Amino acid sequence: MHPILKLLVQRIALGLVLLLAVSAVIFLGVEALPGDTAQAILGQSATPQALENLRAQMGLDQPALTRYFNWLGGVMTGDLGKALTNGVDIAQAIGQRLGNTLFLAGCAAVIAVPLALILGAVAARYAGRWPDKVISAVTLTTISLPEFVAAYFVIYLLTIVFPVFQPVAIVFPGMSFWAKLQAVALPVIVLVMVVLAHMMRMTRAAILNVMQSAYIETAELKGLSPMTIIWKHAFPNAIAPVISVVAINLAYLVVGVVVVEVVFSYNALGQYLVDHVTKRDLPVVQAVGLIFAAVYIGLNIIADVTSIIANPRLRHPK
Amino acid sequence: MSEKLDWMVARARAGKMNRREFIGRTTAMGVSAALASALFTKAAHAEAKKGGTIRVGLAGGESTNTLDPALAASVVPQVGNAQWGEQLVDMKPDGTIDFRIGEEVSSSPDSKVWTFKIRQGVTFSNGAPVTAEDVLATFKRHTDEQAQSGALGIVKGITDMKAEGDKLTLTLDAPSADLPYLLTDYHLIIQPGGGYDNPNAGIGAGPYILETFEPGVRYVLQKNPNHWDPNTGHADTVEILSINDNTARTAALQSGQVHIINRIDPKIAQLLAGAPGVEVRRAVGRGHYVFIMHVDKAPFDNNDLRMALKLAVKREEMVEKVLGGLGSVGNDFPINAAYPLFDDSIPQREYDAAAAKAAYDKSGHDGSPIILRTAPGAFPGAVDAANLFAASAQAAGIPLQIQLEPDDGYWTNVWNVQPFCASYWGGRPVQDQMYSTAYLSTAEWNDTRFKNAKFDELLLAARAELDETKRKADYSEMAHIVRDEGGLILPMFNEFVAGIRSAEIGGWVDDPNAEMMNYRAPSKCWLV
Repeated sequence: MHPILKLLVQRIALGLVLLLAVSAVIFLGVEALPGDTAQAILGQSATPQALENLRAQMGLDQPALTRYFNWLGGVMTGDLGKALTNGVDIAQAIGQRLGNTLFLAGCAAVIAVPLALILGAVAARYAGRWPDKVISAVTLTTISLPEFVAAYFVIYLLTIVFPVFQPVAIVFPGMSFWAKLQAVALPVIVLVMVVLAHMMRMTRAAILNVMQSAYIETAELKGLSPMTIIWKHAFPNAIAPVISVVAINLAYLVVGVVVVEVVFSYNALGQYLVDHVTKRDLPVVQAVGLIFAAVYIGLNIIADVTSIIANPRLRHPK
Repeated sequence: MSEKLDWMVARARAGKMNRREFIGRTTAMGVSAALASALFTKAAHAEAKKGGTIRVGLAGGESTNTLDPALAASVVPQVGNAQWGEQLVDMKPDGTIDFRIGEEVSSSPDSKVWTFKIRQGVTFSNGAPVTAEDVLATFKRHTDEQAQSGALGIVKGITDMKAEGDKLTLTLDAPSADLPYLLTDYHLIIQPGGGYDNPNAGIGAGPYILETFEPGVRYVLQKNPNHWDPNTGHADTVEILSINDNTARTAALQSGQVHIINRIDPKIAQLLAGAPGVEVRRAVGRGHYVFIMHVDKAPFDNNDLRMALKLAVKREEMVEKVLGGLGSVGNDFPINAAYPLFDDSIPQREYDAAAAKAAYDKSGHDGSPIILRTAPGAFPGAVDAANLFAASAQAAGIPLQIQLEPDDGYWTNVWNVQPFCASYWGGRPVQDQMYSTAYLSTAEWNDTRFKNAKFDELLLAARAELDETKRKADYSEMAHIVRDEGGLILPMFNEFVAGIRSAEIGGWVDDPNAEMMNYRAPSKCWLV
């Protein structure tokens, strides 16, 4: 077996084990909360008899281990149960919301990742000179702004002063792709502002690191232009740390943008989770928690594997 | 002059001037009151424009919402339901009954048995006719504990229901002249078969038909071509967006993404009113902010001391500084002009340092500090209001002191427990319900411990009284009793503050019954 293939299988297996562990932790966390699902449904009107009936009906009278495996079995087959608050099928509700989350994250990533890499390379090329300083200053400023401040700022600038976009980013099925892009323009701008600096700084640092190597000196002596050296010789060798930072930021774009979603009324997973946490709708919280964990673990596996593949020493073992 | 008159007629036609304002301003120009009234009636009934899409952006929607009218508890579902649903009866902005599915009503002389005639030829959006049986089944479902209806307290007093042909007869456990008003509750939307099969079906007899519902995101509704009432449902399509963030909602109105928004922050209302194309509309509601004293506990068991405190409130200042001017002064009884049968001849209580001092001296209070408990969550601006109160009371020589309490547990440890604290009340549709909830001797939530035999007698007499003049006199007397002897200090009523794109929206009326023109703005307004 090729060592890379072996590594790949190992990582994926590890990821699955991790996900299983996370599912157990989520289940235990919800179990540890005072009261149970039946009490949450019945609320003030709970009588002992009604509680007992509902528990039997929902299988809550079974031991915790049995319920955990039942829940896990449901998750495996795509059955996440029904929301307590409004009886909507969770898998269906999440399906659409997850699509919106990924759409927003995707749009932001498509702009932010190439932009960060290019700006990082330019900053490295002109290290210590004015383009480097301008790029660093601007991106550090945007990352330092709290998200909601940045959001209010772009709302004011781009809907009131220059009315080019809409402040409310609600998307729905049946909207054309172009209309969707227009709707999410403002949240995408805010998210790009937030994630740009981290990736840009890492690209710059990683490139500068390999710029000290002997083979770069050789390339310079060959008379190659600085930008060619960076793209052809420095960047491929600096890519591993950049990939892991990119993966962290992509994961953040999926699971960590609830503030931006709320400000722009964007109907994605974060807002859905927050609404159900306030109403103590536990099955939904469990399901969304598991999805967020899966995204995080998945992106980290991808980052791991790509940086391994990008490393020539691992790609061509002796 | 005629140019100015034309302008005012145009404003009235667009719904931007109410009858009182219109008549006041035109008579000031020398037009006779009778002519002014006729002009207004003509203008206000000008043809509403049909067609287009009205978009409304509202705070108060969650992804946990449902279509079940029994469970509606926040504004987005309330407004959404009012578009696809229709009720037996509804409130008009002037506080009279708007007959909807119920065409007319009559009662037995003791106001214990009520008969509604059901409007014929009305159909649900699924094509089935609306019958007396549907109305009966709807009320029955709301009396069922399992439905968890917010209207349970209202319908549980109905002991017997009968549907015969186009008549629905309701028998009450005790006389109530207010039953039609109580049935205007927004939960009581008529559903086919009472909604027993599927309370979340979203099938009703309203001016619009539900097309899309995404909880906490949006409603899309299309005009109901078979709706019986031509005065509602003007636009072809209504879109309701749930926008909980204040800044985004305001920006959506300013940029024209929506035509109407609710809950404008008092802090920015002034600024927004100056923005182009946008108008801030205010409706005095029935909700009020209060300081409540337990009349059975020292030192508040002394009416002179209570009167001293009532006279020591600078009400105008409080409305200005705490509500940003978006409210009106209260008069120490829980009723204002938004209620039917309100007596506007009761004199307004004003700040009077000398009279307060005199009443305080007469009470013989020993000069020890009088403690007023408050918390940020008692009502928005409660701490500021309490500080203003303390300052004006101290200026009158009354040793009033503030004690700040934490929000956590305020409603269990302070309200209804401590003898003097800040609190709030939402309004009720009628005076009887408001007084019965908190001022009757036996009321569960009698948070001033007010027990007055004469008051109780008047309340029960008024409840069964069908003669409106007599009822009004009873309510006036009750108001005087609470105002002059009660433990209630009521400095201000709050307002519903909405924003509309004034050049695009016609038909807006400042409705005191509830937010968003009693939740019906999307179907009662039209696109100009």
